[in-house]
Parts: sequence; C-alpha cells; structure tokens
Amino acid sequence: MNTIVTVTDLAKRYRGVTALDGVSFSLTENRIYGLLGRNGAGKTTLMQLLTAQNMATSGDIAVFGEHPYENDRVLARTCFVKESQTYPQSMRVGHALRAARLLHPNWDQRFADSLLEEFQLPPQRMVKKLSRGMLSALGVIIGLASRAPLTFFDEPYLGLDAVARQLFYDHLLADFAEHPRTVILSTHLIDEVSDLIEHVLLIDHGRLLLDQDTDDLRGDVVTVSGPVAAVHEITVGRTELHGNLLGGTARVTVRGRLTEAERVQARALGLTVETVSLQELVVRLTTGAGKTEPTAKEYAL
Amino acid sequence: MDDGRPIFLQIAELLENSILDGSLIEDTQVPSTNELAAFHRINPATAAKGVNQLVDDGTLYKKRGIGMFVAPGARERLRGRRREEFARQYVQPLLAEARKLGIDPTELKKMIDTWEERR
Repeated sequence: MNTIVTVTDLAKRYRGVTALDGVSFSLTENRIYGLLGRNGAGKTTLMQLLTAQNMATSGDIAVFGEHPYENDRVLARTCFVKESQTYPQSMRVGHALRAARLLHPNWDQRFADSLLEEFQLPPQRMVKKLSRGMLSALGVIIGLASRAPLTFFDEPYLGLDAVARQLFYDHLLADFAEHPRTVILSTHLIDEVSDLIEHVLLIDHGRLLLDQDTDDLRGDVVTVSGPVAAVHEITVGRTELHGNLLGGTARVTVRGRLTEAERVQARALGLTVETVSLQELVVRLTTGAGKTEPTAKEYAL
Repeated sequence: MDDGRPIFLQIAELLENSILDGSLIEDTQVPSTNELAAFHRINPATAAKGVNQLVDDGTLYKKRGIGMFVAPGARERLRGRRREEFARQYVQPLLAEARKLGIDPTELKKMIDTWEERR
C-alpha cells in the first residue's frame, strides 16, 4: 500500500488563534478516512492546507510526493467538496458539471448523469435557485463523478435528507469498490458513517487526538453495569471515563477492550456489557477542556 | 452490524453461520467482498479482512480470478470449534442465571428436558 499524503508537524496560526498544532499523519492509498472532531477543531483548515487553498504557518505537506501549492500534477488528482461551495451567479447545474469535467481527468459523465437523475437535480436549473439540499447534492455528485484519486468531502450534506444521505453512502461504497481511491470524509454524523470509514482521524483543538483503524476502536470503550463488586472485578485496572452508582448497582464506562474470556466472565457474574459507539467514544474524548486529553500516541499505549 | 466486536470478525462469523446451517455448502462460491460490502453497507476493505481470515484458517479457498469457495470439510471443522465455545458461551451463563434464581442443576436439567419435548 502506497502512502499518498504525508503531513509532518503541521501548524496553522491565524492572528492569535492556533487552528492546527503539531499535526503529523500519513494517508494510505485507496482507503476511506473519517476526519472527525467538533466545530472549530481544525478539520476544514487541515483540508484547505492539503488542497493548497491556504498556506501552513509551519510544517511539511507532501501529496502524491509533492508540495500541492500551484501544482497541477497534484491538484488535477484532487477533488475538494466544500461544505458551502459558492458558484458564479449565472451558472446552471449543467455548467457546474461541465466545469468539473474539465478539471478532473477521471471524470465519468455517464455516472454524473445517472446521479443527477437519482438525486433529482434538474441540469437546467440555475445554481442560485437550488435549495440547500440540492446544492449539497450537486457537490456530492461532483465529488463522486470526479473519481479523483484523492477526494475530500467536507460536511457534504447540509440540508440533505436521510434518503439522499443513504443514496450518497451507497454510491460512495459501490463506486469505491469499482474504482478504489482515497476518500476523506469529514462529518458530524459519525454513527451514519462508522461502518464506511476504515480509519479515523480525530482532531480536537487543532491537535490530532486519534489516528486509528475504525475496527480497532470498536468495542474499545464499554459500559459495564450490575452489582458493584462484580463491576469492580471486571473494570479494575482500566481507565474509567464515567461512572455512577444507584443502590448496589454500578454503571461504569471504561476504556480498554474486553477479551472474550472477560465477556464470558461478565455474563457469568450477571453483568450487562454495552459497547460504546464510535460517536459516543468521540464525544467522551472531545468533551472537556482538551488539555488533559491524551494525544494519539498516548492513547495508542 | 453492531455489537462491540470488530466488523471483520462479524463478517467472518456470518459466513461461518451460513456454512454451519448448510446454506453455503462445500465447494460453492461465497459472496464477493464487494457484494458483502454493499449488502451490509460496510467498507469493502473490512469485508475483505473478514473473508481473508476464513481463507487463512482454511474455511475458504481461493480460485484465482473467480472468487472464494467453501473448503471441503469446513463444516465439520467449524462444528467442532463451535462446540468447544458452546459451553463457555451458553452453558456457563445459563448456570450463573439459574444459581441467581435458586434453580439447582437437577431442576435445570428437568427444565431442559421439558422444553425439548415441547419443541
């Protein structure tokens, strides 16, 4: 597997505000990544830096082995679907697609046409007359049909209803299977995408908090409840994230996967073990001041 | 897909279940990773990891350019392995719950017999 993006000690500071700080990671070819984090965590800034829409304060970026700035070889292979893309006032849907076709060498017009139909987007409609959801659908269509080797989706579905979002996920998976590429999906709807993304990058306060395979994170945080003594027996030695007590019953959320033997033991002790979803895990890790939270490396230990 | 275990393990187990219940018989082709990914709405790489685990432990074999097939004897081997797990996964918790309710082993055995007759 080839590495196609390498980021080393990246920082971006605006006047008095640190948007990104000490961020290092790499992206492997042909994987779907989830870029997660709260509003203002630095996700969009990171994507802007990777797509040469902004300059880093310090640190290094290599995309396809090269610096992306003013670099046709890199940018022709990159597609960035922004949260609120603006289009020229007089543009129609068809114009936007034609422009995208000129910019993306892998563009598939037949795929774009079928997506237009499925998302029920009229090609003659003026872009400025589109509803919020239709505008998002246009971005999604461009992102999918571009088939760019490196595709970024930044919160691509403002205003998209559940049906349209599922349509997007299904097409992303199907087309990814046929035409593998690297996709970075930035989103708050973590539960919806947790089965789609192979790897998680979690950013908080401009720092990289998690850089781990999604499957490794599954079941990494569990809630154990039942008789106090039994709960203690199972959870002792694990980092407690949350806990409460009601009479003789305890409910404790801990970090650290239970082994199959421990699960059996827990069941034998009459305990309930619930898995904390990826979304809840992210919430647990990114609530609070952030300063006391461990970095990705510490977490991996 | 849910429960706390990695999705690739759940995919492997689903295929094992189909082999155990006889819906996937020996030397038949199993669904491709892309079919599994689309059906379960999961990442194709994750589906591939589950399938590959079954190839590694000899449950499936690969026909180059065609796909994955159920290995001869896979069902028997799976049955043996699952039987070993059965006691730990089901009997132990059953006894624990029975103890909590004050059901002694003799009574429990009688209950099992009664339910088996009703079936």
